[in-house]
Amino acid sequence: MSQGRPQPVPQQPDLLTVDSLRVSFGRAIDEKPVVRSISFSLRPGRCLAIVGESGSGKSVTARALIGLAGRYANVHARQLSFDGTNLMGLSDRAWRGIRGNEIGFVLQDALVSLDPLRRIGKEIGEGLLLHGAVSSREELAQRVIALLKLVGVPDPETKAKQLPHQLSGGQRQRALIASALALDPRILIADEPTTALDVTAQAHVLSLLEETKTRGKALILISHDLAVVSRVADEILVMREGEVVERGNAGQILKDPEHPYTKQLLDAVPSGRPRGSRLSPSTIVRSPARQTQPEVQSPPKSRPILLEATSLVKRFKGPDGTLRTAVDGVSFELRSGETLGIVGESGSGKSTMARMVLALEEPDEGAVQFAGRPWTALAERERRTRRRSLSMIYQDPLGSFDPRWTVGRIISDSLSSEVEIRRKRQERVIELLDLVGLSEALLDRRPLELSGGQRQRVAIARAIAPNPAVIVCDEPVSALDVSIQAQVLDLLGDLKEHVGVSYLFISHDLSVVRQISDRVIVMRRGRIVDSGATEEIFRNPESEYTKSLIAAMPRLVRDHQIGHSATILEEGIA
Amino acid sequence: MMGSDAVKIVAHYPIVWFTRRIFSGVVVVWAALTFAFLIQCVLPGDRAQIIINATSGNVGLASSAELAAINAKYGFDQPLAIQYGRYILRILHGDLGESYQQHRPVAGIIAEQIGPTIILAVTALLLAWIIAILTTLFIAGRDNMWAKLLNDTQVFFATAPPYWLATILLVVFAVKLRIFPVIGGSSPAGLILPTLALALELSGFFGQVVQNEFTRVLEQPFVASARARGMSDFGVRLRHVLRHAALPGITLSGWALGKLLSGAILIEVVFARQGLGGVLVAATSSRDVPIVSGAVLISAGLFVLVSLIVDLTYRLVDPRIKLT
Repeated sequence: MSQGRPQPVPQQPDLLTVDSLRVSFGRAIDEKPVVRSISFSLRPGRCLAIVGESGSGKSVTARALIGLAGRYANVHARQLSFDGTNLMGLSDRAWRGIRGNEIGFVLQDALVSLDPLRRIGKEIGEGLLLHGAVSSREELAQRVIALLKLVGVPDPETKAKQLPHQLSGGQRQRALIASALALDPRILIADEPTTALDVTAQAHVLSLLEETKTRGKALILISHDLAVVSRVADEILVMREGEVVERGNAGQILKDPEHPYTKQLLDAVPSGRPRGSRLSPSTIVRSPARQTQPEVQSPPKSRPILLEATSLVKRFKGPDGTLRTAVDGVSFELRSGETLGIVGESGSGKSTMARMVLALEEPDEGAVQFAGRPWTALAERERRTRRRSLSMIYQDPLGSFDPRWTVGRIISDSLSSEVEIRRKRQERVIELLDLVGLSEALLDRRPLELSGGQRQRVAIARAIAPNPAVIVCDEPVSALDVSIQAQVLDLLGDLKEHVGVSYLFISHDLSVVRQISDRVIVMRRGRIVDSGATEEIFRNPESEYTKSLIAAMPRLVRDHQIGHSATILEEGIA
Repeated sequence: MMGSDAVKIVAHYPIVWFTRRIFSGVVVVWAALTFAFLIQCVLPGDRAQIIINATSGNVGLASSAELAAINAKYGFDQPLAIQYGRYILRILHGDLGESYQQHRPVAGIIAEQIGPTIILAVTALLLAWIIAILTTLFIAGRDNMWAKLLNDTQVFFATAPPYWLATILLVVFAVKLRIFPVIGGSSPAGLILPTLALALELSGFFGQVVQNEFTRVLEQPFVASARARGMSDFGVRLRHVLRHAALPGITLSGWALGKLLSGAILIEVVFARQGLGGVLVAATSSRDVPIVSGAVLISAGLFVLVSLIVDLTYRLVDPRIKLT
């Protein structure tokens, strides 16, 4: 969709020039540089992508460009100028004239980047009012509606009156972009604009960014995901620990990366590799059977059924008082040693279904059987003894831990009470930590002192502690960077064989589901629209919906043509 | 199943919410009434004897004829259930009984004294909010000498007992500096010191709560979003952060007003102000039970009213919450 675009005039002057940008935090004595020496320049109609894992300094770099690196940040640069204006040492008042007006900034995660107590329209109109761009209330309202239309939010008149939480993830992100575009700034900086979005919403946002670029705006796109960036970027900077490890033309980098770190990032993208192959370089679980493991297409029917859901229905009361059917007659079975992937966009009912499987939510109709016996139909008292056989891994491990507990206590708490001797429990905890590839040294750490990947590993250790038969994983990797995501996916795969567990794996990310699942169910509006063996679904999807989901998957395109500004969306599957 | 869903849908409307709240309020007041009644019954000593002593001002044993007359007059010779029924019936007619000492209806006594007390409590609440918001707007999340100093002052006020503060204020501003009258009466100038004495403690308390939340909200990405739109630091504090930070404070306001009403009673005595305080102190020390239980009833009613107002305010500030 980006073919045939006129090339930007090469002689056009740089809009933004950054030379040897250095950002550090703290006082001179214990100063820690977060960004060491970054240089780049940006022209209108071009897109620069800054790629790196969390903690690489990419977000700090972006914030430094609008003078919001933080109160304790020390920003130095040989040159930092916007359209001939030196940005170093600018007064706060002068900065305010540039922010929003000349440089628009889209923060990551629109749910928290839009004020949750303010109506969308007011939030978008804020910039217009601040910079005196409108003269009357009517004009303001019109501009807000026009902006919402521009970013493709359906029914803008209603949405403008709604609160952020009433919009879907994709709509919120677009509203946030609308607020950044309100004053038609010449540069748009977008920090992880598609993270945590469904594939279709992600594709929409990326098209929106492409359009913005076509309108002659300069774009800085920040992401940990090379697949996302590959579509829009003209130039890529790969950052690691505050330094640029590789830079160059997007096509060049995607096709022929030089630095090992860039290669590692590329390898971590699940869609870039054949299914089932390892995504991360390190082998965590030492399992002798690993090498000879054949591809499991679909487990033999002879394996016992662990979970069986029959015609599950769940209805909720909507905000306007009407009943909404979240899950509408869903049936499936999970066999021993199998991974069943459940894909769907937000609102498809997949999480509600998981809650019913875990018997946290009572189905209005239908029932779940667990290990051949009734499960949801029982009273909680009768279920309690069997709860240990059904574990859970959440999207946000931090939210599922008591922040005051140590790692040791978190895991030990989930051990079955049969292990009574303290020393034995301790040994088992260490064993579990080892199994998930964490060192014993983390025993006394608290959740906040761990990295995102470490936290999810602790969550996994906690989930396998009671020797469950089934683990329900609800978006277990969607809050993680691609490279960490790769490690966690590999770990889950290894553990399946090592401890013999089955997964009900829920995700909005098709490439992740494809990587790990034996069979896949595609859900939409509470119903199953497609189901079958993973390869079958991805190669030969039955429903139009699944086809559109697969088409919208962001995919690395390695034959990114040099000189071409963006990548072409692949048709079908590689 | 559909039936219970229908009930849930109906419960969504504000009027249903309101009715429910009123109903639960009535239950609270009724519980307070019953409590006050039982207290009267289990109080040590013969009630007729207490009434005779309170009325005459003498301490001594009354004759059995006198006691019988009082028992018959107040119905103390009747079974407890009948006494309770009559008590409730009287209150439903707005009759809170008659003061033993003043020989006047309790309702009248409370009605003429409660005004100044409520004015004092409400002005103190407003002042506490103003002080807390202003200091928080300027100091939260800032790391300079003023912020530290004001923060310490807040902690000091939050922990200092209001009657002690009242005495200090009285000595400094009324006796030494002669800016305000020592005995306030009901003049506006006389309201300032008592209000301040009550408000300072609460402002320190609110300030700490609001500031805590304020600092947390300042770190939220939407604050950075607003700054990236070109809003000034102070603008963001005022337009975005304050609203969030005020929420826990609003929740506490109901509790605070209750605390202020009881605090006001003490402060009124210190400043020799007209109000419920003087009446209650006198009534309690002379065992004038009708006045005390009347005050209990009024407080319960006020508490119900205030928590209703608090809930409505909360919903105004936080539009995400629906009346359910």
